[in-house]
Amino acid sequence: MVLQELAGRLQHDFSAALVRTVEWRGELSVTVMRDRLHEIALFLRNDPAMDFDYIVHVSSVDWPDDEERFEVVYELYSIRKRHQIRLKTRVPESDCVVDSLTDIWKGADFMEREVYDMMGIRFRNHPDLRRILLPDDYTEGYPLRKDFPLRGKGWRDTFEFLDETAR
Amino acid sequence: MGLIQIGRHDKDGTSDIITTTVEKAVNWGRKGSLWPMTFGLACCAIEMIAAVSSRYDMDRYGAGVFRASPRQSDLMIVAGTVCRRMAPVIRKLYDQMPEPKYVIAMGSCATSGNIYDSYSVVQGVDRFVPVDIYVPGCPPTPEALFDGILKLQERIMLKRVFLKQPDQVKPSFKI
Repeated sequence: MVLQELAGRLQHDFSAALVRTVEWRGELSVTVMRDRLHEIALFLRNDPAMDFDYIVHVSSVDWPDDEERFEVVYELYSIRKRHQIRLKTRVPESDCVVDSLTDIWKGADFMEREVYDMMGIRFRNHPDLRRILLPDDYTEGYPLRKDFPLRGKGWRDTFEFLDETAR
Repeated sequence: MGLIQIGRHDKDGTSDIITTTVEKAVNWGRKGSLWPMTFGLACCAIEMIAAVSSRYDMDRYGAGVFRASPRQSDLMIVAGTVCRRMAPVIRKLYDQMPEPKYVIAMGSCATSGNIYDSYSVVQGVDRFVPVDIYVPGCPPTPEALFDGILKLQERIMLKRVFLKQPDQVKPSFKI
């Protein structure tokens, strides 16, 4: 299905849930409302004309000046139909939770954990939401947030495994 | 060789006597059989691999027997960016190496963190293991690594074997 048809179909079925649709250089980006994200994702996965069977990537963006500060971005691809779509949703800092898509695409598991680890966005109904890159006992916060100091808060210079004499 | 050689030559010109100190003989043996541990962390590892391979052949300096176990090696070449999460692992492996042991910080990242002035990168591996030789470069060429190894061999020849080293670092086994 060509991009215009994809966009038209979504517009027709979910017009109330779409915030913004952008087509730029052959890439279709759709911003949806947060509480409708799971429903739309399920539609994109199961509808025979859509057939998005592969989740390429889950990432997140921090817009510190915006009212809804965070943005979660899902890249979807259909291996059979060879078309792709970018699904975005905005998350406010006060209620930093998105529905997990792990029940639709298993591959979202680790990528959602990475978003949680680096940006601090929690995923509802995720089966195993733990930090994935940083250690489990990391306490400095979420390094990818714009207000996180570039050099961290001292973790890189703390070597608790050393004896005082060894240093 | 670094050994003192006083040879009494016979008619064929071959020497039959070498006089030296035991310390120098031991050091000579140690410097000629450095067994490095494979510790490639980033792109520097590629240059390290090139240094061992046939074109450069690090075995010429007696340092070509790369071991995958710290128990069998006495030289740790830290080649690459050291993340903070890797630090306890490096320290543990260092502690597991038998004495005498040496550390080469290969490349800018292992020496100082290089451009990675970030929350997760340790600003130099010398913050938690004692480093003998720093090899500059990003990444250093095999020749630069060889220079480091030759410098290390010079340093080994100066070590005291039967007396306690003044700069000897107490190992920690807190992990």
